[in-house]
Amino acid sequence: MSEKLIVARGLTKTYGDFIAVDGIDFDVAKGESFGFLGPNGAGKSTTMRIIGATSVRTSGTLTILGKDPEVHGPQIRAHLGVVPQQDNLDNELTVSENIFIYGRYFGLSSSFINRKIPELLEFAQLEEKKDTKVEALSGGMKRRLTIARSLVSEPDILMLDEPTTGLDPQARHILWDRLFRLKEQGVTLLITTHYMDEAEQLCDRLIVMDKGKIMAEDSPAQLIKDYSTKEVLEVRFGSDRNQEMVDVLRPLADRIEVLPDRILLYATDGEQLLEQITAKGIHPNTSLVRRSSLEDVFLRLTGRSLVE
Amino acid sequence: MMSANIRKVSRFGSFHVAEARIRNMLKWAGIILFAAVINPTLYLVSIGIGVGSLIDANNGVNGVSYLTFLAPALLASAAIQGSSDEVIFPVMDGFKWNRTFFGMRSTPLTARQISLGIFLAAMARAIVSIVIYWIVLYLFGALESDTAWLAMPAALLAGASMAAVMLALAAKIENENFFFTLVGRFIMIPMFLFSGTFYPLTQMPIFLQFFGWISPLWHATELGRYLTYDYPLSGLQLFTHLGVLSTMVAVGLFLSARVFAKRLEK
Repeated sequence: MSEKLIVARGLTKTYGDFIAVDGIDFDVAKGESFGFLGPNGAGKSTTMRIIGATSVRTSGTLTILGKDPEVHGPQIRAHLGVVPQQDNLDNELTVSENIFIYGRYFGLSSSFINRKIPELLEFAQLEEKKDTKVEALSGGMKRRLTIARSLVSEPDILMLDEPTTGLDPQARHILWDRLFRLKEQGVTLLITTHYMDEAEQLCDRLIVMDKGKIMAEDSPAQLIKDYSTKEVLEVRFGSDRNQEMVDVLRPLADRIEVLPDRILLYATDGEQLLEQITAKGIHPNTSLVRRSSLEDVFLRLTGRSLVE
Repeated sequence: MMSANIRKVSRFGSFHVAEARIRNMLKWAGIILFAAVINPTLYLVSIGIGVGSLIDANNGVNGVSYLTFLAPALLASAAIQGSSDEVIFPVMDGFKWNRTFFGMRSTPLTARQISLGIFLAAMARAIVSIVIYWIVLYLFGALESDTAWLAMPAALLAGASMAAVMLALAAKIENENFFFTLVGRFIMIPMFLFSGTFYPLTQMPIFLQFFGWISPLWHATELGRYLTYDYPLSGLQLFTHLGVLSTMVAVGLFLSARVFAKRLEK
């Protein structure tokens, strides 16, 4: 890939004794869609705030568009569009007014912003709500408005912190579609998420984070290839019998993970493995064969699931 | 790509924050204007004329009518109350209720510009309230001297001094319910009662006069009386009153910028 917009080396952030981000290295190239995948508390949001030049790193080096955020905070923020985890729209103002005032914070002229507003409203599918107070919007609409607002300054990098957390499935899909369009337009995206499907949908490349450290880094497909098998067989025997079945099943699968409610058996061919098991006279209550996902990668890397 | 105008933000950022706040206030313009007219009218009729008739029958205060004596104190008090409200609520909103300050912080704006912008918007609101209040006082015939119009900037300075301090204080507060009780019952009301508002401070025993000395309302009221009727102040007194209020503005704004920066860094 081409020009590097973000370069981090040994990036560290501590709060007293607590190490939120523990010496991580990564690069983000122009036009790339880069993800931070990890459970809550992995250090993703802290990393985002440091990149967003609103939180100061404890040590390490970081350059964004060739500048150090500690020295050139406002200059760097002028290039960023930020969609925070918690919406921070002005509820008293209308949809259009929210975009307008936000544009003013970037020093944009009224005429520029007023030209931009219809375009952004269309993108966010909020044309009919333009004169509605934000208070009256649904969660999904607020999220889309926050994204539209962040685009008013035509940022070089768009940063989204848990963009779809708390949204219903339909609202999530609308949002993904919008983000995908931005990606097609060549906007560099930085996304944190604890949803593996979101990471798979939106990210070209991602780092898997846990406890402030990077566990792995690659494209979603390559991570699955490297850290998991092609398929997974999920079996359930009921909570009391799961544990006793593990020893019987272990020799049959490439790898085995025991979750509180089910057992995951990793194999190249899940159906074939299921046949093998039933041939041995073992009959799980339920069984399911699926393709490996980033959830399995995370489980492999940390021994824990993403959403706990 | 990026079309932000960083030079413009670095110069005028706080005005853009104020602009957003004023847009917010305009949603309440009717109520704000109504309160600006009705408040002074109620006070002037009930205390100025009602209580005043008793006192004036007893030769007035400082050789002027009670209404004239009371007017500059009420003006300064309204400025202080209005400016404080206009920083406390937006600060609660910005850090906690809607978290709008965190949105601003993601733009080229700095913490200092955000805090200053809130302050400037409060001053814009205060100017409107003060001018209306002053007109009502004028219509009631409470203003005697030619320099009476200068009571407006004096009241604005009083409002600025309290607003700047409240800005820093409110930005530190995480639990607002306790804070509102504290400010209302233990700062605003005692200040209103013990700043020589309704009678000359010198009527009080000396240990209670102390409350007046540390009160911006007292300093502003003294200035206001000097400007609205021939109430004597020495050069030193004049300097002290202006000095105390100006220092509060400077220290308050300085601390606000620091507290904002710290809280927004999280």
